[in-house]
Amino acid sequence: MRALLGLLLAATFTLVAGAASAHPHVWITATSELLYAEDGSITGVRHAWTFDDMFSAYAVQGLESKKKGAYTREELVPLAQTNVESLKEYAYFTFAKADGKKERFTEPVDYFLDYKDTVLTLHFTLPLKNPVKPKQLVLEVFDRSFFIDFQMAKDNPVKLVGAPSGCQMKLDRPSDGTATAQKLNEQTFMDGPNANFGMMFANKITVDCP
Amino acid sequence: MKLHLSPLARGLLACAAVLLVVGVADAALHHVFAQNPFGASKQAPAAEPEASGLIGWLLAKQSEFYRQMSSTIRAAKSDGSAVWTLLFISFAYGIFHAAGPGHGKAVIASYLVANRETARRGIALSFASALMQSLVAILIVGISAWILNATAKTMCRAEGAIEIASYALIALFGLRLVWVKGRTFIRALQATQPVPAVAGVPHEHHHHDAHDHHDHDHHHHDHHGHDHAHADHHHGHGHVHDAHCGHSHGPTPSELAGPGGWKRGFAAILTVGIRPCSGAILVLVFALAQGLFWAGIAATFLMGLGTAITVAAIAVIAVSAKDIAGRLSAGRDGGGALFMRGIELGAAALVLLFGAGLLLGYIAAERTTCF
Repeated sequence: MRALLGLLLAATFTLVAGAASAHPHVWITATSELLYAEDGSITGVRHAWTFDDMFSAYAVQGLESKKKGAYTREELVPLAQTNVESLKEYAYFTFAKADGKKERFTEPVDYFLDYKDTVLTLHFTLPLKNPVKPKQLVLEVFDRSFFIDFQMAKDNPVKLVGAPSGCQMKLDRPSDGTATAQKLNEQTFMDGPNANFGMMFANKITVDCP
Repeated sequence: MKLHLSPLARGLLACAAVLLVVGVADAALHHVFAQNPFGASKQAPAAEPEASGLIGWLLAKQSEFYRQMSSTIRAAKSDGSAVWTLLFISFAYGIFHAAGPGHGKAVIASYLVANRETARRGIALSFASALMQSLVAILIVGISAWILNATAKTMCRAEGAIEIASYALIALFGLRLVWVKGRTFIRALQATQPVPAVAGVPHEHHHHDAHDHHDHDHHHHDHHGHDHAHADHHHGHGHVHDAHCGHSHGPTPSELAGPGGWKRGFAAILTVGIRPCSGAILVLVFALAQGLFWAGIAATFLMGLGTAITVAAIAVIAVSAKDIAGRLSAGRDGGGALFMRGIELGAAALVLLFGAGLLLGYIAAERTTCF
């Protein structure tokens, strides 16, 4: 009886906690470049994130521009600054693992915003704190609270810049359940309910090098 | 002692069961089934956890409607008839989006269960809180973006502040409910024990002022001499009291409309309604940028209407589930009242948990992401 009670309560709490799960309000189409040094180690990631037009309009609200409805890179400097500063709290929605070990990024460099065809694109480079040369690198791009829906671009979503020959890149998009199911097994339990909800919507880039 | 423990256990069990029903109804409108933390470690990695079944469909639909909004608003600049499309999309989005941020539906459903409210009142509360949500969104964007021409950064900060305030409100609201319901529960607990002296305390004092006033004399006096469950017991005998007092622990709509009825509900409306939907704010700012602020306002109200319908449906399910639980427990000697008070306390605790969880960041979803 008591066990049943406990089970019911647990189930209830899980459902209720999970019920708070989000739905996206911002859509980002991303392309990412993995940057390699001459010795074949990975030094960082360069992202270009294009926001949906609704969010783009929201983001430029109140910004000064010389020409109405158009924003130059200079006019967008303060916004780009805000963007990269705020992204820190969310770990830049970018998670890297070198041979299974978590790698950290330092603060973004070379960042700027473009405004073209009513949408904003944020460009920035995330340097790895310590460049690594793993056999396998896994890079995931997602928002765990799923406020933002990340999708890798249809064409050329991932580029390996200066990678040693023989390196193979594989991209698992969120619609492909294989990456997700494996992730759920490994980590979901550890991270507790709801914590990694957005994991299901993760874009997983895997690079295997000989 | 056995007599006393068993109804307590039953009460807790029923409480969990009802909350489970609420949780399931709620979850169905989201996509929580996609992730099952307790089962995940056991399951074979075969199941594709997203974009499948009803939940995946709901999620896809919602995104689809939302993403159509910007192009429709754009189209409305040159083609007035696109406004009708916009209104339809907004309405549909509202329905699929359900209560949106602030966990309105869960708070309202729990509140209704805790407070023995009627389905009709649940519907009214759902609509009122959704209307308030819409108004808050329009006010935020109207004042900050339209009048003050504030930047997104400022707006998002304002949104964030309101968010924290709304979580605190939910927690406070839950705390108050737990306090009131906890006392009622303890009284019910004492009443099931063979201590007749305690039973004279009017058990529904806090929440049924109107109720107490008008039938205190011929209802409560009778039953409190024994215990609460006897109220249920008696109705089978065809009592001479007026229609509802013999068998209904819940107040009728007419009683709720009486003094204090709406004032009480206002706390729930405020708690749920103060937090605007991020989606509505984005739509409003976008419409403003297109020079069609009024279309954004109309869309926001239609979203609110859609949301209200979903929340109202969940509210009705929650109230019905509790009524069924009440009926099932009514026949049992001694445990019935305690059982129901247990459910109410559980629902009150749930509101508190929500508020605390949101405030402390354990439930991180729906948090406005400013960047």
